[in-house]
Amino acid sequence: MVEMYFTKEHEWIKVEGATGKVGISDHAAHELGDITFVELPKLGKKVKQFEVLAAIESVKAASDIYSPVSGKVLTVNAKLDTTPEVVNESAEEMAWMVELEIVDVSELSMLMTRQQYDEYLKTL
Amino acid sequence: MQLIYEQSVPGRRGIRLPASDVPVAADLPKNLIRSEAACLAEVSELDLVRHFTNLSRRNFSVDTNFYPLGSCTMKYNAKVLENSAALFAPFHPMTALLPSGEAFCQGTLGMLYELGQLLADITGMDEVTTQPLAGAHGEMTGILLISAYHKAKGNKKKYVVVPDSSHGTNPASAAIAGYEIITVPTASYGDMDLDLFRQAMNDEVAAVMMTCPNTLGLFNPHIKEISDIAHSHDALMYYDGANLNAIMGKVKPGDVGFDVIHLNLHKTFGTPHGGGGPGSGPVGVKKTLIPFLPQPRIVMDDDGQFLLETVKTGTIGRTANFFGNFGVMAKAYAYIIMLGREGLIQVSEQAVLNANYIKEKLKDYYDLPYDMTCMHECVFSASRQLEHGVHAIDIAKFLIDRGYHPPTVYFPMIVKEAIMIEPTETESKATMDAFIEVMIEAAKTAESNPQALHEAPLTTPVGRLDETKAAREQNVCWIG
Amino acid sequence: MNESHYCPHTPQEIDEMLSAIGVESVEELFSAIPAELRAKAFNIPPGMSEFEAFDRMKAIAGENNSEMLNFIGGGFYDHIIPAAVDHLSGRAEFYTAYTPYQPECSQGTLQALFEYQTAICRLTGLDVSNASLYDGGTACAEAAMMALRVTGRNKIIIDGCVNPFSRQVLKTYLFNLDVDVVEIPPVDGLLNRDELSKLLDESVAAVLVQNPNFFGCVDDFSELAKQVHAKDALLISSVYPISLGILKSPGEMGVDIAVGDGQSLGNPLSFGGPSFGFIAAKKTFIRNMPGRIIGETVDNQARRGFVLTLQAREQHIKRHKATSNICSNQGLCALRGLIFLSAVGKAGLAEMAVLNRDKAEYAKAQLAAIPGVTVLQTAPTFNEFTVFLPKAADLVVAELLKQNIAAGVPLGQYYEGSENCMVVTVTEKRSKKEIDTFVKMLEVELCN
Repeated sequence: MVEMYFTKEHEWIKVEGATGKVGISDHAAHELGDITFVELPKLGKKVKQFEVLAAIESVKAASDIYSPVSGKVLTVNAKLDTTPEVVNESAEEMAWMVELEIVDVSELSMLMTRQQYDEYLKTL
Repeated sequence: MQLIYEQSVPGRRGIRLPASDVPVAADLPKNLIRSEAACLAEVSELDLVRHFTNLSRRNFSVDTNFYPLGSCTMKYNAKVLENSAALFAPFHPMTALLPSGEAFCQGTLGMLYELGQLLADITGMDEVTTQPLAGAHGEMTGILLISAYHKAKGNKKKYVVVPDSSHGTNPASAAIAGYEIITVPTASYGDMDLDLFRQAMNDEVAAVMMTCPNTLGLFNPHIKEISDIAHSHDALMYYDGANLNAIMGKVKPGDVGFDVIHLNLHKTFGTPHGGGGPGSGPVGVKKTLIPFLPQPRIVMDDDGQFLLETVKTGTIGRTANFFGNFGVMAKAYAYIIMLGREGLIQVSEQAVLNANYIKEKLKDYYDLPYDMTCMHECVFSASRQLEHGVHAIDIAKFLIDRGYHPPTVYFPMIVKEAIMIEPTETESKATMDAFIEVMIEAAKTAESNPQALHEAPLTTPVGRLDETKAAREQNVCWIG
Repeated sequence: MNESHYCPHTPQEIDEMLSAIGVESVEELFSAIPAELRAKAFNIPPGMSEFEAFDRMKAIAGENNSEMLNFIGGGFYDHIIPAAVDHLSGRAEFYTAYTPYQPECSQGTLQALFEYQTAICRLTGLDVSNASLYDGGTACAEAAMMALRVTGRNKIIIDGCVNPFSRQVLKTYLFNLDVDVVEIPPVDGLLNRDELSKLLDESVAAVLVQNPNFFGCVDDFSELAKQVHAKDALLISSVYPISLGILKSPGEMGVDIAVGDGQSLGNPLSFGGPSFGFIAAKKTFIRNMPGRIIGETVDNQARRGFVLTLQAREQHIKRHKATSNICSNQGLCALRGLIFLSAVGKAGLAEMAVLNRDKAEYAKAQLAAIPGVTVLQTAPTFNEFTVFLPKAADLVVAELLKQNIAAGVPLGQYYEGSENCMVVTVTEKRSKKEIDTFVKMLEVELCN
């Protein structure tokens, strides 16, 4: 059973048991413009919730990607190295960036559901 | 238009070298020689001249177009300055660094010394080093001087404070010099929020970097208060001199609490921008920082002789191999002595007059986020045009079709769809009136026919370029 | 009365503008500045006409010795500059333009810098170049910082044979950072490879060398590159562009980042600046390059065009996380460099390099024939070499300066124990007659 959560900084995490895949929202991808580069973390890297996990660049902007939860990097989506445009095409599906081992599922309570995120976007 | 490499024909020569009048030397060992000659161009001098002459004609420039690029001070570059710099072409910098070499360089050393004194007076500082090679380089030098000051005092400092309107080089320079950045938001009155600044300040702040007037073209009347707060925490005040064109003769940064400043000679002092350099970024300091200045330092002895002083300790070292961009400084020096006291005062007065004139004439057509007297530049927002789907970049491209280099767009980042206009004092009323007409036309076209703006420019050798393709493919060297 | 004719307004125009703004005087526009902050004094002398200003500049230049015969280098070199370089770079469309942020009206600058990047790549044998840095010394510093970023390590090893000014600049850049800088003293005018082997480990981000080095010696760093790579560190080489007309390129050696000063490429000595620094690297390091980079692309009608690219690295986007704080490059100087390289051309640069070496070898032989003078190193050289004199080099150089000869760079203040040594530079501009005169005068001076 996959559950999707969002952060205020426009990251999402699709949680499946003790692991989760992380990416950025369609809204964020749209704001950034044409993505030119995604900087993915090294395997095994440990992060705390809301710490910098990865980075993303477009022609006119650069942005840090913050980890929705504390965890350890299990795998990264290497496809984004050669085809960063996938982020623009399918930010919330194909363009997952990092798969994390989640250390504390209770941290998910700090995040928003899809409905809450959509409401949040209206306030921006 | 072809690249020079696409015009190359194997064996074609561009120059004839002098014949050798010495014996041929023995070959170098094979392992030290390159296997193939570097594949440079092979064209005749005529090809060369046509190529670069035609290339130049694809540029807008101050000498051909009105260039109101905010924050860059694109004033007219007097031709006598070029002739002046050329006089110094033959002088080898190493001569001055030879034993008693200074005696043979009294002209150039003296000029640098005197330029330092003139710039010190203009800015209210105690001494100026001419070594930094550009504005951002000066910023880094200034922050390093501040860190040397703190090290000498045994202070533990971690942060540099900047307003969120600052030029990107400010936080970048501070970061390069090893500090973390604290950013203070700009208040609705257009200046760094004084209360938030007070709260952000602590004893671990090494420096506060400010531009004055700021990047919105506004003078912060609380500047003395800000510097008092900073000094109470033994944080030093750094002045980014990019906007000095607004206040020469009116305000001296050294008088209002700044401890370190940098200047941009290629902005305020009329040296040409060169298509992206060379610039020159002299740094001025108050007495307390003199022991840390980069070396060698140019000093004058009791007989009026100019000497180079090097020290073993205290100095932050060297920021450039020699004395700075002398050729650029020769132009700035000639500019200062030519304009003189009254001329420099007039520069600031008319720069401010021109910017306010344009601001008044355009404020009915473009949103003015800070509707008050500006200084040498004014910042509009294209947010009204955005309602029709037109962005600041579209206004910019429309201007290009009309023969104007666009103002700065999307800076400062705190204004949405920012358009920053800095006419400078060298532009006539007629030029500005024509520009205002076109800006008004752009605003009207945004409402009546926004598509026309999206398609611009149409009259240039190339239209809008695919920047995404460039960033993704990274073709930075012609393979051919 | 108009103090400066560069401010064009007539009094009537000023009145019209003031009334459009709605103020009585220009002073009113400064009313936001509190009285207590106003400058009390402004002690700049009165101005003058351009003719008087130019006379003053001529007088200043006249106070320098313009008869000096240059046998000195130290990073800046007295080379030929074809007349076309001045004329073409002197076109106002090039030198009064600014950073090409609006590419459609800056294709002149952008294409020229793309051609420049291509020339640097071909000269160095590496894959990518930027659109120039400030100078050779700061280029060394930027390369070191690049290596620190790429490897995530915090130690730099510098060969003591690298130009002492560049080494100082590098250390100044790292002044406030937590980075270890280790300098290895030279041995016989070359890198001390034994010492380096001892120091090279996984804590080292990069090793910096120079070719030809400060003493003039030419080396092959191919084996060193392998050694450095075995520790996952980077090899940086500071190179003399004219020498690349014949010398093995850093790319051929396996060097990761090549840097240098471009003054010898079409830029006058001009008492030390402006010049430009160049930096080239293997393709894999492109995202970590400092400074501006020009990229090729197409427009909306598939026409080829050039743009500033990978701007997300730079300060105006990344601010405190930028790869460098650099804003302006040295656009016009890099343009001069490109025009120079294109004028001299493929065969011409090779010929020029040979000419430099032939002249230097001739001078070397003549100097070595003076009793008491020996050439210090056995290693091959390009256009600079080090001689050992029977007297303190400082005294000899000081004396010869009075006779309009800059005989060499004495090494005493840069390398302990080298008080009798100096580095002599000979470029294609020195005629046999000038060299013979120099040798004779040195001989006379050494007899005194």
